[in-house]
Amino acid sequence: MSRKLPILLFTLTMILVLAACGSNTGTTGSGSTTGTTGEASTGTELSGSVLAVGSTALQPLVDQVAQKFMADSKYANVSVQVQGGGSGTGLTQVSEGQANIGNSDVFAEEKLDADKAKELVDHQVAVVAIATVANEAAGVTNLTKQQLVDIFTGKVKNWKDVGGKDQAIVIVNRPSSSGTRATYEKFALGQKVEDLAGSIQEDSSGTVKKLVTETPGAIGYLALSYLDDSLKAIQYDGVDASVENVESGKYPVWAYEHMYTKGEPDAATKALLDYMLTDEVQNGDVKDLGYISISGMQVKRDVEGKITK
Amino acid sequence: MEQSNTTPREARRRAWPMEKHRVEDWIGRIYTSICVVFLIAVIISIVYFVTSKGVATFAVNGVSLKEFFLGTNWNPQADTPSFGALPFITGSFMVTLLAALIASPLSISAALFMTEIVPSFGKRILQPAIELLSGIPSVVYGFIGLSVIVPFLREHVGGQGIGIGAGALVLSIMILPTITSVAADALASLPRGLREASYALGATRWQTIYRVVLPTVMPALLTGIVLGMARAFGEALAVQMVIGNSPHIPTSLLESASTLTSVITLGMGNTAMGSIQNNALWSMALVLMLMTFVFVLIIRLLERRNRL
Amino acid sequence: MSTVKVNQKARKRAKATDKLATVLIVTFAMAIVAILLGLLGFILFRGLGHISWNFLTSVPQTMRAGGGIGPQLFNSLFLLFLTMLITVPLGLGAGIYMSEYAKPGKLTNFIRLVVEVLSSFPSIVIGLFGLLLLVNTFNLGFSLLSGALALTIFNLPLMVRITEQAFAGVPKEQKEAGLALGLSKWKIITSIMLPVAIPSLITGTILASGRVFGEAAALLFTAGMSTPPLDFTNWNPFSPRSPINPLRPAETLAVYIWKVNSEGIAPDATQIAAGASAVLVIMVLIFNLLARFLGRTLYRYMTASRRMS
Repeated sequence: MSRKLPILLFTLTMILVLAACGSNTGTTGSGSTTGTTGEASTGTELSGSVLAVGSTALQPLVDQVAQKFMADSKYANVSVQVQGGGSGTGLTQVSEGQANIGNSDVFAEEKLDADKAKELVDHQVAVVAIATVANEAAGVTNLTKQQLVDIFTGKVKNWKDVGGKDQAIVIVNRPSSSGTRATYEKFALGQKVEDLAGSIQEDSSGTVKKLVTETPGAIGYLALSYLDDSLKAIQYDGVDASVENVESGKYPVWAYEHMYTKGEPDAATKALLDYMLTDEVQNGDVKDLGYISISGMQVKRDVEGKITK
Repeated sequence: MEQSNTTPREARRRAWPMEKHRVEDWIGRIYTSICVVFLIAVIISIVYFVTSKGVATFAVNGVSLKEFFLGTNWNPQADTPSFGALPFITGSFMVTLLAALIASPLSISAALFMTEIVPSFGKRILQPAIELLSGIPSVVYGFIGLSVIVPFLREHVGGQGIGIGAGALVLSIMILPTITSVAADALASLPRGLREASYALGATRWQTIYRVVLPTVMPALLTGIVLGMARAFGEALAVQMVIGNSPHIPTSLLESASTLTSVITLGMGNTAMGSIQNNALWSMALVLMLMTFVFVLIIRLLERRNRL
Repeated sequence: MSTVKVNQKARKRAKATDKLATVLIVTFAMAIVAILLGLLGFILFRGLGHISWNFLTSVPQTMRAGGGIGPQLFNSLFLLFLTMLITVPLGLGAGIYMSEYAKPGKLTNFIRLVVEVLSSFPSIVIGLFGLLLLVNTFNLGFSLLSGALALTIFNLPLMVRITEQAFAGVPKEQKEAGLALGLSKWKIITSIMLPVAIPSLITGTILASGRVFGEAAALLFTAGMSTPPLDFTNWNPFSPRSPINPLRPAETLAVYIWKVNSEGIAPDATQIAAGASAVLVIMVLIFNLLARFLGRTLYRYMTASRRMS
């Protein structure tokens, strides 16, 4: 027995690996074929598998909606997998055909080469607003665009110069690859800023929140969903960072959450994307999780940032 | 067992072109060789893939080696992007050296305590306890760094708490067990006669330690320190959580900085594969890999000295 | 007379230095003990209060308090099982080769170098390699299998070393007895040496398991940072909802701690991180104690039975 044991284990492993490889090709195969069967025989139940990869900021929403989607008897045979990994990963994987949906905080054009981005179809599913936040010790409630630029470019180093207390400013920024930072720079500061020596950079909103709350004189920016009593948003040019102001277009610091597909989606993927846009989801889960519903938006914005009513 | 087998079977076996013996040996040889070949294939493919991705920054995207290794300006998203990775490289070396500076005296003292001062207690309780601590996952160290060390530094030392000092402290605690157990093993393996001879000459304990024990085990102690440094250099998450991640060479210990690992952790998911910024991160992974080779080389040299 | 005085002076000074040095060493050693005990105490103290059966078995919550770590704990254990299933036969084979078949020479030295280099690779480099080769090129996606294979790379050198040491520890006489019986080399290895080596093999394997259990950096990019809703009544390994499907993404406990610390927006995120950290540390403690205990009892059992025969 002991002689055969290693061999047995080895074969078992091989079988496992092979089976796994086999099943993988199986699922992707079924995913692509169900698209056609679904279209050919309307009326029969939809089946297939959908893989959505990407943005960690969008993941909680897609995760929750996917669970409801699968619980719906109409879509009982569709299985949805949601994975994080970051916007860049999501766009890479959807563009290379490894995932059905690439979740992203930014327009694909900002991450991918132009010809690759062209192949992707944009599905905007929600809006995220980003608010400036500061530690209590700062003592300010409103900052103008120019003041923000001065702070983030290092021209102003103390809160007293922008109407606050005598307290040194500590910048809690995001890393240069972050989608949140790209949005903030584009719409709040109107320019790209260099990283200052000594500034802190954190990618995750949780850490930013923790640091701004704890570090005296810290300033940072967070999605609205992260704000609570412990941390209050600062007005931007006198405008509150509120859902209403974003919807009406008064508050400019917001971005779409995108779910990209490569070309037109197959039936199962389309069903999920359509489901994302139903009123039930838009008025329910989207709002519950602190995003802003896409249907409520009174303004639209394109890749270049041009606003249309 | 085999010998007591019946003769007809034995005869049949002999009639076969190959003896059972040979077949068995072949199975063993092939099985174990496959495993070794797999091992070698893995390392070759790691080296190949990381190198080919890491070189792309220079070969495909045309970033100059000089800019990457000597440039201090990391600004990949700017309109004229720049890819100076020097702040990350210095950051990595700084936290590693600092961590080794903090951890080494503590660890070696602990090892001496365990082997020279109270061997029975040290061997039975302290050593297992320390080995056990080397198994604590690095995320837990990061969590402790964020919830104990950072607030402590902020309140009692000043600055933002987060920064290169916090990173070095977390790493030093992480590598304490590594250095301590290597040092303790080395000290314990010394022949007893060495110490006894020294004591017999009337030397005090410290004289024995300082003049006899330490010089003899020095290469092994250095090996332990280098092993600890290798671990610190490659650690990602615990450091990333407390160091602050600013892409600049810090001017004080309380200032936010970055390491190669922290910038890779932060940027890898946010950038698309094949983009220039992503490739630059792979180049940093390549630097990490090359540094691993250097550490292994140093350890090998030390071991050779130890053997002599 | 005077030389004796000088000698006495020197002796006195030596004794004083000796005392001082001893005090210093003891202080430093105590400092270490204090740090380490404080560390353990802190983790357990902060976390234990939060651990309950409910916490260990229920699913995590994104927004509400009271989430558990059930799926993450299962993922960690299952991933460990998969990793060991692949690592043990490979590591055993390579280790046996090194201790029994390898002849001293350039090739053997090279293999030894390979093992050493592989064991010193930073885990993040292995994670990146996994992302490139397993997740993207082999198209395994963020999955348990990708994670297990990455951890195998990470763990293999350790397993090889453990095997090599275990086999080197087998008394020569036993091997010679086998040779005298006219057994083949492989037969000697599997039926004489392996049973003797088993206690140290088991100890080593369990210790290696503890390392796998706590690994996070290599898994961020391979096993992913999400877990699909699991159906614990579904044991079909090809179903995407099944907990034992090796191709589903799986967030382990260590990865979850990292994520909760940084992204957690549930009100009790800190307690969850503390509780999960405590669970992780307790598991590592259990692995260690188990390894020691099993190693000792098995060794006793083996040596006793040998004496009897």
